[in-house]
Amino acid sequence: MNEEMLNKDQPKEMVQQVLPLAMIRGEALIEQPKDLFIPPYALAIILEQFEGPLDLLLYLIRKQKFDIIDLPIAPITEQYMVYVELMKNVKLELAAEYLVMAAILAEIKSRLLLPKQVLEESEQDPRAELIRRLQEYEVIKYAAIELDKIPRIERDSHLTEVALANNFIPRTAITDIDITDLMRAFNEVMKRTAAFEHHHIQREVLSTRERMAMVLTKLTEASKYQPFIEFSRLFNANEGKSGVVVTFLAILELIKASLIECIQANVYGQLHVKLKEACQ
Amino acid sequence: MRDITEQQLKRLIEAAIFVSEKPLSQENIKQTLLADYKVTKIRIITAIESLQCDYQNRGIQLIKVASGYRFQAVSELSEDLAALFKERAPRYSRALLETLSLIAYKQPITRGEIEQIRGVAVSSSIMKTLSEKDWIKIVGHKEVPGKPAIYITTNEFLDYFSLSVLSDLPQLRPLTSNEKLTT
Repeated sequence: MNEEMLNKDQPKEMVQQVLPLAMIRGEALIEQPKDLFIPPYALAIILEQFEGPLDLLLYLIRKQKFDIIDLPIAPITEQYMVYVELMKNVKLELAAEYLVMAAILAEIKSRLLLPKQVLEESEQDPRAELIRRLQEYEVIKYAAIELDKIPRIERDSHLTEVALANNFIPRTAITDIDITDLMRAFNEVMKRTAAFEHHHIQREVLSTRERMAMVLTKLTEASKYQPFIEFSRLFNANEGKSGVVVTFLAILELIKASLIECIQANVYGQLHVKLKEACQ
Repeated sequence: MRDITEQQLKRLIEAAIFVSEKPLSQENIKQTLLADYKVTKIRIITAIESLQCDYQNRGIQLIKVASGYRFQAVSELSEDLAALFKERAPRYSRALLETLSLIAYKQPITRGEIEQIRGVAVSSSIMKTLSEKDWIKIVGHKEVPGKPAIYITTNEFLDYFSLSVLSDLPQLRPLTSNEKLTT
């Protein structure tokens, strides 16, 4: 088993030692020439399918089987610049975002080239922010691919269409409704829907986000009738402790994002929540 | 307030969900369709559950999505049914799907925040398409310079993907270092 693996590995290693066509900082680049020999018309297609500089960077990293975490700035910058140059050559509309990324890469590279001073504790790896952005983007890139796989109407699910009987006569609704009726009905619906909300507390990130959206929707809808609503109205006791906690977290998040504000008219008085002015 | 038997109730709800253009929620059924009848919430739910049982082993099924109940063809038949529809279902660009994913997973979110993560400008046509499809809506404006709109996804978005709540979406996960992305 061991021997077999060694034998398998050995020729590969030899090939890698024989074939490198460029050396950058002691690292052999084997695949790069492939990029350079792509005919311009094909290249335009390849370049157009990137969703931006982060996507292009991810492609370069993945293609070289690098780990995002130890993002090798030098080779990646070289390759990135090759692409940017090629974009110029094929007169592709070179989006400003690509040039901004080139500047970021150059900046990181120059900072890495500087002689290492005694590292202050606060000083971070200059690559850290870029790595964070790449990881954040990759998660979403993957999520989009997953979203595309979910069965959807038109492509995967077919809805039923049934006609009404011949003798069907539409009923006209009575429109003479008092505003107080409306408010009462609205309150009723609010109560009812609240009782039917679903909770998946175990997925913390998603449910807080969802709750934030729900609180905002609630406030937006309520703001049609009154500028603020009682703090306690945002909660539904039936949800139990965890539901209340998620709502509370959502409210805190929204206050932090200064999307809503909490008001208390007098000491020990009822708390009221309202949308920030700009939200209305 | 009129009385209604279990059998009549089932028939009425069945017909209502069939002829309704949009999914019907239990609340909606009670307040509109059954406004003149003496029925409790539990009876409606029981009737719906009983209908769901009736439709087992049939070509269509009664399912619950975000805005309520609807009938749809069972998923095993989708491939064969596709032969009926000459027009191909729209395919959405990666840019659109990424934007939609960001709004779905990171809501409430502004356009600037979407651009920050994607590293490119979000085209207006994408936001327009998403709004026109009623998949996203504006719930307010952020209290920062420029007062950007804050977007969230709608029930229609969940309906379209046959989901009943946001947490039914596939869970976000970081990729392992050498996992391949197929695009």
